[in-house]
Amino acid sequence: MNGVHDMGGMHGMGPIQYEKDEPVFHALWEGRVFALRRAMSAWGKWSIDARRHEVELLPASEYLTMSYYERHFAALIELLIKSGLITREEMELGKPAPGSPKAVPALTAEKAVELVTKGLPTSRDVPAIPGFQPGQRVRARIMHPLGHTRLPRYARGKFGTIHRDHGVFVFPDTNAHFLGEKPQHVYSVCFAARELWGAQAAPNDSVYVDLWDDYLEPA
Amino acid sequence: MTAELSDAHDHDHQVVPSDLILRVKALESLLVEKGLVDPAALDALIDAYEHKIGPRNGARVVARAWADPDYKQRLLTNADAAIAELGYAGQQGEHMVVIENTPKVHNLVVCTLCSCYPWPVLGLPPIWYKSAPYRSRAVIDPRGVLREFGLDLPEEVEVRVWDSTAELRYLVLPERPAGTEQLSEEELAALVSRDAMVGVAKVVPPQKAVSS
Repeated sequence: MNGVHDMGGMHGMGPIQYEKDEPVFHALWEGRVFALRRAMSAWGKWSIDARRHEVELLPASEYLTMSYYERHFAALIELLIKSGLITREEMELGKPAPGSPKAVPALTAEKAVELVTKGLPTSRDVPAIPGFQPGQRVRARIMHPLGHTRLPRYARGKFGTIHRDHGVFVFPDTNAHFLGEKPQHVYSVCFAARELWGAQAAPNDSVYVDLWDDYLEPA
Repeated sequence: MTAELSDAHDHDHQVVPSDLILRVKALESLLVEKGLVDPAALDALIDAYEHKIGPRNGARVVARAWADPDYKQRLLTNADAAIAELGYAGQQGEHMVVIENTPKVHNLVVCTLCSCYPWPVLGLPPIWYKSAPYRSRAVIDPRGVLREFGLDLPEEVEVRVWDSTAELRYLVLPERPAGTEQLSEEELAALVSRDAMVGVAKVVPPQKAVSS
């Protein structure tokens, strides 16, 4: 979707604000939101792609004024309700519906540490024919899907060169909408800065964007 | 840090409505009561990122690469395996790529679509990395962004921006500063900043190395 989250190349976002010796979390609630998000994903009800899309669905004006953890808290509540883990009534009342069954947590402290240190690879060991080869000229497709995509607007329709084939990965555009993983090759595609931004860019600079097969066409 | 980059304390996140804090508490107790979350797991996750996983991990990887040319080669060709040699791996670092700064090439990492960042080696990202000003400008005006961070690159240096749009996570291998030939790996690691591994700073030589 052409949301405000896709902000590469936008103007008017103000100066970069640097904080010296920044703490990992600025307040206790931020740490709790971070941990709740990770712990609840262990139920396997949504993928990282679905979670990212939920953040993108926040109204643009709210997205821009909320902090990172506020956005993720709002998105988590929506995911919990959509997936049926809680109801909106339970969230509003702050307690379980009468007679609702009690679950056993999916994530113990021990498993949490394991999750952190082992990770969840999104590469897939399945055969997929690469549509493109390193060195090949390509064009990023012109497309404006209403759903989730990881093809940024600033690259659409632009010409670049395949720098590297990263291998086969889950495809976010389908996976975010629970339509399957559709594994395919991901490439590092090199775009000349002037191809993206015109004469204002420095002549030798470039932007490397990681793009899936379905985002590309031969140039 | 230059005067242009403000050391601001008026971030929007600090104007948090107390209602939000109450809602976070309410959600946690609801999930605990429903048996969906174990508070000990939440504590363990917070502890891991507050105390165990952070930019010191990445600094050790960089220092090893500076000290050991064979390791550096492995790091640049198969980053996952080389980083795992030092014991670092995990969530948001499952697929690592290391890019090398040279006198002719400067690399800068961003995620324009969200806030993707290599957690196992750098920890959780700072606010500026997740913010709209950095995400919007790093791709269209990397040299301007770098100048705000105090890094004015000559025209002949090629700037490469890496937009983390997929699940690959990028770590910049900064240039080893001159005058550090005598330093141990541990001393080298102490020089390497988080900012240098994102690509918004260079590694500065230590005062004592300069004067000796």
